[in-house]
Amino acid sequence: MSTTTVGAGAGIGTSPLRPDGTLKVTGEFAFSSDLWADRMLWGATLRSPHPRARIVGIDLTGAVATTGVHAVLTAEDVPGKKLYGLEHADQPVLAMGQVRYAGEPVAIVAADHPETARRAAAAIVVEYEVLPPITDPVAAIDAEETVHDRGNLLRHVPIRKGSLEATAPVVVTGEYEVGMQDQAFLGPESGLAIPAEDGGVDLFIATQWLHGDLGQVADCLGLPPSKVRLSLAGVGGAFGGREDVSMQVHACMLALHTGRPVKMVYSREESFHGHVHRHPARMWYEHGADLDGRLVYVKARIVLDGGAYASTSMAVVANATTLGVGPYKVPNVVVDGYAVYTNNPPCGAMRGFGAVQACFAYESQMDKLAAALGLDPVDVRVRNALEPGDTMPTGQVVHGPAPVADLLDRVRAAAPPAQRGDDLRELPGGVANTTHGEGVRRGVGYGIGIKNVGFSEGFDDYSTARVRLEVVGGEPAAVVHTAAAEVGQGLVTIQAQIVRTELGVEQVTVATADTTVGSAGSSSASRQTYVTGGAVKAACEAVRAAVLRRAGRDDVTLRGGRLVTEGGEVVADLVDVLGDRPIEETVEWRHKPTHPLDPRTGQGDAHVQYAFAAHRATVDVDVELGLVRVVEIATAQDVGRALHPQSVRGQIAGGTAQGLGLAVMEEIQVVDGLIRNPSFTDYLIPTILDVPPMRIDVLELGDPSAPYGLRGVGEPPTISSTPAIVAAIRAATGLALNRVPVRPEHLTGT
Amino acid sequence: MRVNLTVNGEARQADDVWPGESLLYVLRERLGLPGAKNACEQGECGSCTVYLDGTPVCACLVAAGQAEHRDVRTVEGLPGPDGLDPVQQAFLSAGAVQCGFCTPGLVVAVHDLLARNPTPSDPDIREALAGNLCRCTGYENIVAAVKLAAGA
Amino acid sequence: MEFLRPSTWDEALAAKAEHPDAVPIAGGTDVMVELNFDRRRPPALLDLTRVASLADWAADGDRLRIGAGVTYRRIIDELGGRLPGLAMAARTVGSPQIRNRGTVGGNLGSASPAGDAHPPLLATGAEVEIGSVRGVRTVAVADFFQGPKRSVLAPDELIAAFLVPAATGPQQFAKVGTRNAMVIAVCSFALALDPQRRTIGTGIGSAGPTPLRATEAEALAAELPWEGKTLPDTIVQRFGELVGAAARPIDDVRGSAAYRRHALAVLGGRTLRWAWEEHRCA
Ligand SMILES: Cc1cc2nc3c(=O)[nH]c(=O)nc-3n(C[C@H](O)[C@H](O)[C@H](O)COP(=O)(O)OP(=O)(O)OC[C@H]3O[C@@H](n4cnc5c(N)ncnc54)[C@H](O)[C@@H]3O)c2cc1C
Ligand code: FES
Ligand code: FES
Repeated sequence: MSTTTVGAGAGIGTSPLRPDGTLKVTGEFAFSSDLWADRMLWGATLRSPHPRARIVGIDLTGAVATTGVHAVLTAEDVPGKKLYGLEHADQPVLAMGQVRYAGEPVAIVAADHPETARRAAAAIVVEYEVLPPITDPVAAIDAEETVHDRGNLLRHVPIRKGSLEATAPVVVTGEYEVGMQDQAFLGPESGLAIPAEDGGVDLFIATQWLHGDLGQVADCLGLPPSKVRLSLAGVGGAFGGREDVSMQVHACMLALHTGRPVKMVYSREESFHGHVHRHPARMWYEHGADLDGRLVYVKARIVLDGGAYASTSMAVVANATTLGVGPYKVPNVVVDGYAVYTNNPPCGAMRGFGAVQACFAYESQMDKLAAALGLDPVDVRVRNALEPGDTMPTGQVVHGPAPVADLLDRVRAAAPPAQRGDDLRELPGGVANTTHGEGVRRGVGYGIGIKNVGFSEGFDDYSTARVRLEVVGGEPAAVVHTAAAEVGQGLVTIQAQIVRTELGVEQVTVATADTTVGSAGSSSASRQTYVTGGAVKAACEAVRAAVLRRAGRDDVTLRGGRLVTEGGEVVADLVDVLGDRPIEETVEWRHKPTHPLDPRTGQGDAHVQYAFAAHRATVDVDVELGLVRVVEIATAQDVGRALHPQSVRGQIAGGTAQGLGLAVMEEIQVVDGLIRNPSFTDYLIPTILDVPPMRIDVLELGDPSAPYGLRGVGEPPTISSTPAIVAAIRAATGLALNRVPVRPEHLTGT
Repeated sequence: MRVNLTVNGEARQADDVWPGESLLYVLRERLGLPGAKNACEQGECGSCTVYLDGTPVCACLVAAGQAEHRDVRTVEGLPGPDGLDPVQQAFLSAGAVQCGFCTPGLVVAVHDLLARNPTPSDPDIREALAGNLCRCTGYENIVAAVKLAAGA
Repeated sequence: MEFLRPSTWDEALAAKAEHPDAVPIAGGTDVMVELNFDRRRPPALLDLTRVASLADWAADGDRLRIGAGVTYRRIIDELGGRLPGLAMAARTVGSPQIRNRGTVGGNLGSASPAGDAHPPLLATGAEVEIGSVRGVRTVAVADFFQGPKRSVLAPDELIAAFLVPAATGPQQFAKVGTRNAMVIAVCSFALALDPQRRTIGTGIGSAGPTPLRATEAEALAAELPWEGKTLPDTIVQRFGELVGAAARPIDDVRGSAAYRRHALAVLGGRTLRWAWEEHRCA
C-alpha cells in the first residue's frame, strides 16, 4: 500500500474526499486479500469439527505427501509462547492435546495453490476423543465440568449503588436474550507474511490494532518485537472482529518455516469460525419506579457467553454492567454481570461492546414501565434522563453535555414517514409477494443508548503520532505517521484534516500505518479519532512550537503556509523558516486517566467519556406472516464536534443498519457448540431493501475535555437502533418479544 | 488448462488454471486484476460483480473455463480516457465509500443499472442493488451516490 | 478435474455418456458455491453454456418449450406475459447477478426442495424433457423429484428443456423469507387458476423433502363460484388450511415446521384471493 495525499484546502469541520477513495472506486486499493509476492505460497488451516475433544493423535503423512505442499505445522512447531490473548493468554496458537470449540485451529499447511493447501489440510488425520460440550453459560457458572483448568467464571462484575433494599410502588420485571451476532465485515481475514533476511518477518495485515498484534505475534514466534514488522494492508471493515489475532501467527510461522512469502485468506465459512463474535446474553431485570414513573431502583443480572477463550470478555462484561441501567438517573442499583467460559465459539469485541446487549434489556424495561404506568414511552425516558452532573451506577459523575432528553425529543419531533405506497417493494416481503397489504400494521418505537468511549478501568490508553514538516518542491508539506488502523471509518482523512488545520499547510501525506512508529491503540471503542486525533493534534502543536522557536516568535499562528500574527500580519513564509531542515516531532498522547472498579461495589471512575444516541423506528409488520419491513429510522446523536460531517453521518447510518440486523435477522445459530449457519446464505445481513432511509440529526455540543470537543461516534448508533425497532414491532403486534433477533415464528406464535 | 478471454478490451491468457477455479480467482490471482473482490465466494455479496459479455454477474460463480473466449469488463476497465466514470466519481463525492470492499462490485452494478434505467426510482435502485451487500454504510450514501450519478 | 466444453447438444450428450460422473454446469450458481466451499470435487465439469440450443425457447402447440439454459432474467423479460407465475418466482431468485446467470434447468438439476421455479412448474403441470444418447423422455415435474436434491435423472442424462402451458388464467407466486430480498425460501407457494377447465394448480416449496402439490386444496376447484362471483371467506380459509396441511416441513435454520405450515396456510388464502380478484375482473 502506498501513502496517500489529501486534496487541497480542507481542515476539520469540512468533508474533503477520502484520500484512499479514488483507489477504492477504481479497484486499485490493495486490501489484505489482494496482496501478492513472488514465490508466494498459500496457507490453509485445519480446524476442529468438535466443540470439545481430546486429541489422541495427529497423522500428517497424507498432507506432507501431497505434491505442492511446503509445510505442515502443528502446536509442536509454535516457536515461542503457545498461548495468546488480548487480556489473558489462554488461547492456543494451534490446539494442544485438546480442542475447546468447533473451529479451533489444529494444524496449518502451506502449498503452492490454495486448493492444494485445502486438500492437504483435509488429508490430515486427527483422532479425537469426543467429550460432551459445555454449552449453557448460565449452568456453566458453577458447573463442576470446566472448559479450562480454572473455573468457568471469567469475570464477575458487581455494581452496588445506594440501598440494596429499595422498594417501589411500581415494579416491572423481564428476562431478555440476545443472540450471537457476527461482525460480518466483507473483507475476509487475510494477510501476507514475508520472511526477512534478519530471521524476522514482515507481515502485511488487515487488523484493528497493529501493536496489539505485534506483541502477541512476536511472543508466539519467539522473536524480539524488533524482528516482527507489521504494516497495515487494506482493511475490509472490522467492527471488532479484527481486534483479536486470527491468521497472523499462522502465516508468519509458515513463512518462517518455508522461507517463502505466505498468504492466507479465509473463506466466508472459515471467517465465521475464525474470529470472535458478539456475546450472546441472558439478562434478568427488575425496575422499580414511583407512581410518576421515576426510577427508584434497578436490579439486574447479566450473563454473557464468552465461549471457549477469554478474548476481551472481561472488558465487555464491565461495559455491559457499568452501562447496564442506561442513560438514566437511578438512585439504587444492584447489577451483577458475568462472563463465562463455554465450549461455544469465542466471543469478544463487536461494535457496541457489551452496551448493545444491556440496552436491549433496559430499553425493553423502560417500555414496560411506560405501559405499566400508562405513560408515553418517550415521556418515561425523558423523566429519568441523565443530565450533566448526575452520577452513573459506578458513582462516576457525568461531566460535559449529556443531552439525553434533547435527543429523545428530537427523534420524537422528527416528521413521520409517509404512508406506504402500494409498490410491492414497499411492503413487508417485498417482491416475494407475500402481502398486498393484508395483515400489515404499522408501529413506532423508541430507544436511547449510552456508550463509553475509549479503553476503561485504568488501561493506559494512548496513541503515538509523528508529524514531519518540510519543504517539498518549494512548498511546505507535512507527513503524518501513526500506527492507527484505517478500517473504513475515514481516519486517514481526519488525520490530514487535523494537520492542515494545525499547521496551515495544504499538502499533507498520511503515511501507511505500521509498527515503525509507536502504538496508536486499537481502532475500537469509538476511540481512534479521539485518541489518535488527539495525538496528531499534539504532535502538530509540538511541530508548531518548534517552528516558532526557530522563527524566534511566540505571537504567531501558521496559516496558508505562512506565519501570521493575530492581527493578520504575515511575518514569514514557512518555506523560509524550514529551509532544508525539516522539523519532526513524535508525541505520545493520553486522555485523562481512568480507574479500576472496586471489585465488590463496582464503584470507580472507570470510563473516559460517554456518548449518546437515540432512535425512532417505524416498521410495517405483516402480523399474519411475521414479516417485518423497517420503514424509516430517525436518529439523533451528539458527536461533540463533527470533524468530517459526511463521515459522521456515514458512521451513524452504518451503525444503525447493524443494529437493525440484530433486531430482525442476524444470528449465528449455535447448537451443541456447532455453528449451523456459517455462510451468507443463512447468516443474513441487511440488504439495501432491508435498510430504510434515515433521518440523521447530528448535534455538536462540544465536550470540553476532548480534542476539538469531539465525542466518539462509531458505536452509539448500533446500540439503540435494535431496541427501537423491537419496540416498534411490539407496538404493531402487541407482543412481548424478549429476544433478538425477532424471527417470524416469534410474531406468529408458531 | 489454459483460458483465453478478453478483459477490459485486451486479449488475455491464463495458464495452469485448475478447472474448478472461478473467473474471480483467475482475474485476481492470475491476471493481476484484484479489483473484483472475494467477500463470500457464494454469490451472496456481489463484491465480485463484473460484466460478462455485457451482463453483470458474480465472477465467483463463473467457472474459469466458462469465460473462454468471452468478454469481461471489470471495475478496473470502467474509467474512460478522461478519468473516473461518473458512477465512480459519484461514489467518491457522496461518501458512499467506507472500507471500500463492496465498492468495486457496487460500482459495476450501478453502472449497469444506469445504462438500462437512467432515472431509477428509489425502489428501482434498491431492487437493482439488492445483490450487493455493504456492511459499513447502511446504504444511505450509496443511494445518494446513485442519484447523484443519475443526475450527472 | 477435467473441464468439458461441448458446443452442441449431441456433443453434450456424448460427453455425459462418456463421463457419467461429470457435473453439468450451466449458470454455475449452485455448482460453483459447492466448489468454492469445498463441498464437492467432481472428476469433471461439463459446461453447457456453449450449447446454443439450450438457451432457446419457442411455442410448441399450446405449450412453450423452454431450454434448460434460459436464465431467470430472460424469463422475466421475455416470458412474463405468458408465464406470470414463473416470472414472479424468477423475480424473487437471489439478486440481479444471480438471475442473469441462474437457469431453471439448473434449479431442476439441483432439485432442492427450496428451488423457486418448482412450485410454479408444479402448479402449471409442466414437464421436463430429458435427453441422453439413448433418446429423449419427458417426465411430469411432479414425478421429477425423488427427495431432497435427488431427481429421476440418470447419470448419462441431461435436462434439455421444460414444457409448460402458457397461462390460461391468473397465476400467483409468493415466498416467505427472513429478509426482504436475496433469501432462500422459508416456504413458498404457487397457484394457477384455469377458468376454462375450472381447475386450480398448486405448488409448495421448501416445506417437504421435495416440492409438493396440495392436491386436496386443488380439489376445492369444484366448489368455487366460477361464474364470476365473490369468493366466500370459508373457501379461502379452507383452501389455506389444506395448503398448510399438504406440507411436510421440518425444523431447520431457516424456520420451524409449525411456522411453515402456518405461513403456507396464509399464503394459500392470500394467493387464491388475488388470483380470484384478477379472474373476476378479467
Ligand atoms: C446468492 C444465491 C442466491 C440464490 N437464490 C435462490 C433463490 O432465491 N431461489 C432459488 O430457487 N435458487 C436460488 N439460488 C440457487 C440457484 O441460483 C438456482 O438453483 C439456479 O436455478 C441454478 O441454476 P444454474 O444455471 O446456476 O445451475 P448450476 O449451478 O449450473 O447447476 C445446478 C445443478 O443443476 C445441474 N444442471 C444444470 N444444468 C443441467 C442440465 N441441463 N441438465 C442436467 N443437470 C443440469 C448441475 O449439474 C447442478 O447439479 C441462489 C444461489 C445463489 C448463489
Ligand atoms: S464474492 Fe462473489 S458474490 Fe460474494
Ligand atoms: S464500504 Fe465497507 S462494505 Fe461497503
